Amino acid sequence: MSARDAVAAAFREERVKVLATLIHLTGDWELAEECVQDAFEAALAHWPDDGVPRRPGAWLTTTARNRALDRLRRSNVEATKLREAAKVPDAEDDEWGDDRLRLVFTCCHPALPLDARVALTLRTVAGLTTEEIARAFLTPTATMAQRLFRAKAKIREAGIPYRVPAPDLLPERLTGVLGVVYLLFNEGYSGRRELAEEAIRLGRLLEQLMPTETEVRGLLGLMLLHHARADARTNDAGDLVPLDEQDRARWHRGLIDEGVRLLTGTTTPYQLQAAIAACHATAATAQDTDWWRISVLYEQLASLTPSPFIELNRAVAVAMADGPEAGLTLVDALDSSDTLDGYHLLPAVRADLLRRLRRRTEAAAAYEQALTQAPTEPERRYLRRRIAEVRG
Amino acid sequence: MRYLMLVCVDEDVEPNADPQPWIDQMEGRGVRRMGNRLRPVRDSTTVRVRAGEVLVADGPFAETKEQIGGFDILECADLDEAIEIASKHPAAAFGTLELRPFWER
Repeated sequence: MSARDAVAAAFREERVKVLATLIHLTGDWELAEECVQDAFEAALAHWPDDGVPRRPGAWLTTTARNRALDRLRRSNVEATKLREAAKVPDAEDDEWGDDRLRLVFTCCHPALPLDARVALTLRTVAGLTTEEIARAFLTPTATMAQRLFRAKAKIREAGIPYRVPAPDLLPERLTGVLGVVYLLFNEGYSGRRELAEEAIRLGRLLEQLMPTETEVRGLLGLMLLHHARADARTNDAGDLVPLDEQDRARWHRGLIDEGVRLLTGTTTPYQLQAAIAACHATAATAQDTDWWRISVLYEQLASLTPSPFIELNRAVAVAMADGPEAGLTLVDALDSSDTLDGYHLLPAVRADLLRRLRRRTEAAAAYEQALTQAPTEPERRYLRRRIAEVRG
Repeated sequence: MRYLMLVCVDEDVEPNADPQPWIDQMEGRGVRRMGNRLRPVRDSTTVRVRAGEVLVADGPFAETKEQIGGFDILECADLDEAIEIASKHPAAAFGTLELRPFWER
């Protein structure tokens, strides 16, 4: 591996940890970010000649800390802050410990607005640039930069602590963290694979910290079971391959087994979603899928967290278990409730059910409606193909 | 950190809890420095000076359903401790508590 590759690898693997430690040492988010940036630039300058250090993370942390000390000395900061930053790490073998969880809990503090929590986690934990986050949320970059700036200012000025919450606070704070981690995972699911892996890493870390926490296990299980299918989800042309057409030999058996081992029950939302994902992941063929169990799990999920999206998924499962007629009844009920107005999957599901009932004219009309609402080109291609079939 | 805790309540709702046990507890812990209940907004006066003229008017700063009914000054480690203290105040169960950090540390 070249020195340049080593820096890139360290950026992927060590950046969050180094940043989390620097924030812990300095208590200053902006300073920490700048010094971590400096440390990676120093690595690019020195590693090609001096060689890659044995512990790149420790090297980067030490370099960033020294940079921070320099800056604090020059800006004449009060002595206490300087002493804090100069503190030697606890462990003797120059390991700096892991402050990533502190970072996660602080980024997800409920005193920050939700959009800021998400943005800050994506920026600091996932390492996205401000521009990338702005694009993901269809927000001008300047607005996103301001949002991040405001969030960091509030952490500082309102006294939001940099720590993992006390045991009595942990459950409620954890729910917020899990929501952000899952959002991060979904960001990765739609393309940025390393984000999904970062979300899984965070999930694993949370699971280590709270091995008995049902929903931590549930979310981690859910993410693993979805991620196990990542290789089979797109074809060579980059198009999405539907679940029933995926090559199951390309599913990652180890991740599926690990995900299934994390299932502990069906009484909480993430556990339920993981149980549904497990039904798919453990079916030897698409025909072997236990749709009846999936429809029951969706029903339980809908009673815990009512949502028209869950209802639509339930309708699909019911159609597979009890026939398209039964599914269509549920879809029509959703259609007349107007809660999913403009959501392309509602007419798309309806069209599929009508097609299976051989009501071709109605199916074509529903596909046409879905076509006008579908947001991506691969989805529109799929719908045009279906329209051609039913008009056959 | 020092915080001003504003106790905001609907004045039409009779407080159903005595804050004294909370006050005793928090002064015992050394986190409540001072505080008081305020007279209702019908006794409130606003003052502005515009173009050198003192403008005095009846009423509160803003007409809202909930009004500042009292305040406490808290001195505690961080926002999480302030939130914990606020959540134990009896008014938290029917009103809203706002935590504002002091400008100076």
